Amino acid sequence: MLELTQVSKVFFPGSPDEKVALAGIDLALKPGDFVTIIGSNGAGKSTLMNMISGVLTPDVGEVRIDGNPVHQLPEYKRSRWIGRVFQDPMAGTAPNMTIEENLAIAYARNKRRGLGFGVTRAKRRFFQEQLGRLNLRLENRLKAKVGQLSGGERQALSLLMATFTQPQILLLDEHTAALDPARAELVTRLTESIVREMKLTTLMVTHNMEQAIRLGNRLIMMDKGRIILEVGEDRKKELTVERLLREFESISGHKMADDRVVLG
Amino acid sequence: MLASMIHSIPGAVQLGLLYAFMSLGVYMTYRILDFPDLTVDGSFTTGGAVAAVMITHGQSPWVATACAFLAGCAAGSVTGLLHTKGKINALLSGILMMIALYSINLRISRVPNVPLINAETVFFGVEWKDWVLMIVAVLIVLVLLDMFFLTDLGLSLRATGDNPRMIRSFGAHTDNTKILGVALSNGLVALSGAFIAQQQGYSDQSMGIGMIVIGLAAVIIGEAIIGARSIIWATLAAVVGMILYRIIIAIALQIPWFQAQDLKVITAVIVIIALVVPTARRHWKQKIAARRRTAELAAAAGARRGGGQ
Repeated sequence: MLELTQVSKVFFPGSPDEKVALAGIDLALKPGDFVTIIGSNGAGKSTLMNMISGVLTPDVGEVRIDGNPVHQLPEYKRSRWIGRVFQDPMAGTAPNMTIEENLAIAYARNKRRGLGFGVTRAKRRFFQEQLGRLNLRLENRLKAKVGQLSGGERQALSLLMATFTQPQILLLDEHTAALDPARAELVTRLTESIVREMKLTTLMVTHNMEQAIRLGNRLIMMDKGRIILEVGEDRKKELTVERLLREFESISGHKMADDRVVLG
Repeated sequence: MLASMIHSIPGAVQLGLLYAFMSLGVYMTYRILDFPDLTVDGSFTTGGAVAAVMITHGQSPWVATACAFLAGCAAGSVTGLLHTKGKINALLSGILMMIALYSINLRISRVPNVPLINAETVFFGVEWKDWVLMIVAVLIVLVLLDMFFLTDLGLSLRATGDNPRMIRSFGAHTDNTKILGVALSNGLVALSGAFIAQQQGYSDQSMGIGMIVIGLAAVIIGEAIIGARSIIWATLAAVVGMILYRIIIAIALQIPWFQAQDLKVITAVIVIIALVVPTARRHWKQKIAARRRTAELAAAAGARRGGGQ
């Protein structure tokens, strides 16, 4: 489904600020895989996400989606296959447009945008049905501007918008990190149920170790632009936060340096 | 003086209707795309020049007006290309295009002033018919524009100004939506220039100077009076704002002390007031609210301490 071979990226090459963001990443996801990614600050997790979504292109290496080489395509072309939720709740929605208009934009993700009306009666019914899954009563507020919603509501809407068109790949970039614990829990629960129901192939970056262990069927740990640990389906079930931290220290030779890390 | 002020209003409303195409264009770039586009000063003249030259060469005035719209679109798309593909700052790409258009407009009209005396224009020369024509023309453009903003393409254009990162992640190419938006905007501006040239009976090399500020004034006045609850209200506000602006100017010019050449400074002052006052008011409101809240919290804390003793 998603295949990365020897993907590498260097920022500011040759300058004093040179930074190896990704050093030969190999990663393959089967359809339905749900991979959680953890790692310390600057490990390359976000760069990896940007590399897959097309915000960045690799210096060397290949990215394939469904067998198609996509690493030279810009972000707006790769979005045919990819749904994405950002960390910032403000990033995934247009605040001055209504809920239904935002959904219409997401609905057109893999279609040609022409002069047909964005919101039709049939689409509105579909949007209401989809919003109902969030249990936030947003289905009664289709004409409210998204800027009036709370951060948690906006993030739940972003999640719905990224997923309801059944993307081949779902990228979640610390999408609960900016929310308070209750909202984060709500969005996590929604994520779990939507990914399960739609059988989405998912990559999720998180700072929450407990969440990384609880969600998904695979876990990878990154450090300094490399994948230093891969935990498969069977071993993941027995994993604990303590064991994960110990593992990290023994492989990387330093402590998990992350001011935001949540042990769970 | 009062009589002459009232007498000047119908003419002001007519001008407002014709300039309304321009304020719709400015609304599109300034508010929707968040792209302060200065091409307007040039493309307004382009519209007037294209229409005047084609009419004096015996073309149908409606064909000439349509061509003026297209010429404006072409000018706008160059600005859009400079900004998106050339990576030139938005303001600077507009200024560059505006300067280039000074020469291009003179090339189009060959002389600085093209008279349209006795030429056939879109106007009938009959008062009530011209009123109907202007109102219908504005309404048609307004409705078409509102409908466009509700299409899939229109939504992606609006999202480009609202949250470019989001719309890219949903597969729209923001370079293309920006170019399209700036092109359409300048098409509307040129359309306005074409109507104005036909209404005043000539096109003039300097007729576009200061248009961007007038457009901004109209957009801001309209928002202050009508608001921007939804896209339909916001476009209507741009039209009403332009009519009000024209009325304000017409009345101001009836005050004996003011002279015609003061028009641009009056416009600048209106825009400055409209930009500064809301920000200052918001700042003061917040300050007052914060003070009140602090006092409340202090009082509550004091009460708790008092109760505990």
